[in-house]
Amino acid sequence: MVRLPYLTALTTLLSYGILFVFGHLRDFFRKIFDWSKSNNLQGYAPICLGYEDFYTRRLYLRIQDCFGRPISSAPDSWFDVVERYSNDNNKTLHRTEKTTKCLNLGSYNYLGFAAADEYCTPRVIESLKQYSVSTCSTRVDGGTTKLHTELEELVARFVGKPAAVLFGMGYVTNSAIIPALIGKGGLIISDSLNHNSIVNGARGSGATVRVFQHNNAPHLEEVLREQIAHGQPRTHRPWKKIIVIIEGIYSMEGELCKLPEIIAVCKKYKVYTYLDEAHSIGAVGQTGRGVCELLGVDTADIDIMMGTFTKSFGSCGGYIAASKEIIQHLKRTCPAHLYATSMSPPAVQQVISAMKVILGEDGTNRGAKKLAQIRENSNFFRSELQKMGFEVLGDNDSPIMPIMLYNPAKIPAFSRECLHQNVAIVTVAFPATPLLLARARICISAAHSREDLIKALEVISKVGDLVGIKYFPVEPVKPNKVEHLKKIE
Amino acid sequence: MASEIMNATANALVWISSAFDAPTRAVVFGVPINGHLVVEALLVVVILFQLTRKSYKPPKKPLTEKEIDELCDDWVPEPLTPQITEELMIEPPTLESAAGPHAIVDGKEVVNFASANYLGLIGNDKVTDSCVGAMEKYGVGSCGPRGFYGTIDVHLDCEAKISKFLGTPDSILYSYGISTIFSVIPAFCKKGDIIVADEGVHWAVQNGLYLSRSTVVYFKHNDMKSLEATLEKVTGRSKHPEKVRRYIVAEAIYQNSGQIAPLDEIVRLKEKYRFRIILDESHSFGVLGNSGRGLAEYCGVPIEKIDIITAGMGNALATDGGFCTGSVRVVDHQRLSSSGYVFSASLPPYLASAAISAVDYLEANPSVLSNLRANVATLLSELSDVPGLVRTSHTLSPIIFLKLKKSTGSDKTDMHVLDSIANQVLKEDSVLIVSTKRSTLDKCHLPLGLRLFVSAAHSESGLLKAAASLKRVAGSVLS
Repeated sequence: MVRLPYLTALTTLLSYGILFVFGHLRDFFRKIFDWSKSNNLQGYAPICLGYEDFYTRRLYLRIQDCFGRPISSAPDSWFDVVERYSNDNNKTLHRTEKTTKCLNLGSYNYLGFAAADEYCTPRVIESLKQYSVSTCSTRVDGGTTKLHTELEELVARFVGKPAAVLFGMGYVTNSAIIPALIGKGGLIISDSLNHNSIVNGARGSGATVRVFQHNNAPHLEEVLREQIAHGQPRTHRPWKKIIVIIEGIYSMEGELCKLPEIIAVCKKYKVYTYLDEAHSIGAVGQTGRGVCELLGVDTADIDIMMGTFTKSFGSCGGYIAASKEIIQHLKRTCPAHLYATSMSPPAVQQVISAMKVILGEDGTNRGAKKLAQIRENSNFFRSELQKMGFEVLGDNDSPIMPIMLYNPAKIPAFSRECLHQNVAIVTVAFPATPLLLARARICISAAHSREDLIKALEVISKVGDLVGIKYFPVEPVKPNKVEHLKKIE
Repeated sequence: MASEIMNATANALVWISSAFDAPTRAVVFGVPINGHLVVEALLVVVILFQLTRKSYKPPKKPLTEKEIDELCDDWVPEPLTPQITEELMIEPPTLESAAGPHAIVDGKEVVNFASANYLGLIGNDKVTDSCVGAMEKYGVGSCGPRGFYGTIDVHLDCEAKISKFLGTPDSILYSYGISTIFSVIPAFCKKGDIIVADEGVHWAVQNGLYLSRSTVVYFKHNDMKSLEATLEKVTGRSKHPEKVRRYIVAEAIYQNSGQIAPLDEIVRLKEKYRFRIILDESHSFGVLGNSGRGLAEYCGVPIEKIDIITAGMGNALATDGGFCTGSVRVVDHQRLSSSGYVFSASLPPYLASAAISAVDYLEANPSVLSNLRANVATLLSELSDVPGLVRTSHTLSPIIFLKLKKSTGSDKTDMHVLDSIANQVLKEDSVLIVSTKRSTLDKCHLPLGLRLFVSAAHSESGLLKAAASLKRVAGSVLS
């Protein structure tokens, strides 16, 4: 839960107020300046009307250099960030040839498979030579190779479900599967902080969408009882089916979802569950099998489990794992399976090799070591940050830790100063988070060594002092109390 | 009896009239209070009292907890997926080698007409070498969205290369072919805008149109007269042309029928009625035009007149992903408001470097386009007399689309017939062709058919073999 001090809330509102006022003033002068010049739109409506892109033009462009930084090496624990310069106050940025080696705290590289790996890369290159870069065909036409069927079986075995199906991109998995499962007359209840792909998929399906408070099982129960009792809006006919959509780890909060409670509620009311494990598969759990293993939930209780290969496996694409009937149905109707180019074979081989390493089937125990390393790294880093006085969100064992910044001016200050000291940090503001709750998000990887983490902690502590984000300083233990007690004795 | 009642009524009347004619008992504010004024005042009080009473409403009774419990117990959901019938359980063929013109399927070698490998770049050495180099340097995945350290220098190089090749100011890369068009359309079209789209566009375009929440009007497939009539109707109705954005959405080569859109006509209409064009060039980029620059070069239209061009790179360029190009304003707007770009991981770097080598190859060897055209012409001349099937695709389109001359009446039986033709051709003659498959979510109603994707790398013997086999099998199945 976010604890927002009153003074900070006031100063944040005041800062945004000043920025908006200045933005409006600039727009006003720009309108006057442009009124004299001729408009070359010739009767077409402009691409953005009025204040649709006010935030982009007046707030985002000022700090554009903190986002979209190009890199010129693999996104490993240390990488090369390309330097950029601007001649017109950040409106356009130009690349240079110079690069700086920085510590990578921003990429989703949980198990360290991002760079060339000794087991995976030779096999990937071999599959590239055998199957070439792409199949240029859809899965149902001529794009299914032996690698695809092998990976589907491996994924089903890894996740703990009877069958699985692959897609070439995680975003498309959500947007194209949800319409195939539910349509008009159905109800989707999704967590309030769900990812944009789930929101798009829910909207594209045509079903009614309701939201329950983030991670709040009693509120979910309340919403379910009300909706089942009242039925469809206006006609009051009973709902055809109800699906509850939740995520394993929420990427902006770093929190795990309260899976056992939510599954208990769903089973009681006979609704179907859909779990999106994009960030948690491969990264949490004793053997890397995700939140179900970590929280002790049987995989047979969840109807559909979805995940992506981008984060922990260092590849691209997504999967859906469910019962055999559901997978057969999806293979016949899901548009992403019927119309989209199949996943590139080298990417498939990368996932197969990475999964084999995690399961220990490559003959070494590197997988177990990586899983232990990421758990140790995350817990160490989080506890150290909290000891320094930062406000860190997220649960133990989760490799994502957001550090709250709040004020809009602290976002570029923190980001630029850290880059100056060779630490690459990701900062997130509106619209990915609520307006007042801007944060810096750190993703820990198994490739980070203890020295890397200590260096990162030093830099963050120094910059945190400069910028002033240590909102909850921990009181040091007072030694005189102990002496006082000793004196009494 | 009667006289008593008479007496009573007479007494009552006397009493009432005495009340009315009572002498003035008091004078209030200079108004003498007569008897009848008191009665009238009492009447007014009674009327006001009745008016202030609330009208009768039956009391609202919210459902008790017990009733809600009962309703929840009674409710039975539908199964999540419907039962699968036996006829739909066909497995697709499994490739055991690269999807080039000759591929190995289930152990035997086949001539492959199922891959959209138009320039024959599958298995090209230069492309493979650049991929190996990229994999050793960058790994496989990019591990982040474009805004958060997922932008690798090969992405920027690829975007620059594509815009230089096409002659547009700027371009933007997406990480998956179909997500390009269904992220671009909602980024530009919002509620209240007007879109005129062809009725034969494929599912990804339809999804983008639905997600944009704009008013969508369809015109008849590739029919310019219908387009003009629709534009006339739509502009007549709209009141504020300066505030409402208007778009025409079309594909260069339609996936569902193989026809080519007449771009010069569309541009003429767009300028007359003040619309913007969104053109999907997935199957025409690298195919049409003297140097492969797409439909604009083929029709002789300057590229600046087309506002937004999108394309998937999974066809001629033999990699994966997609791009969108246009003016600087168009591309910059997408970097923050296109959901498939902002909220998704970026394209793996080896695919971007494959795209760069593919465009290099196309620029260096424009003769591959004439090979492709010759192959298409050969196959078309051989297929001009297939019994029972008629061609609907354009003569220059590398997708050859054959539909049934006489449809059986329902889509399901049509698909059955076409599937049996395709399976027989594969089993007996080792030629891999595919029938179109439609999802239940697809709103397109164009007829189903058989598709052959011709590549520049197909040999003449392969083409002749495919044509002969198709004629034989179609003759036996459809007669």
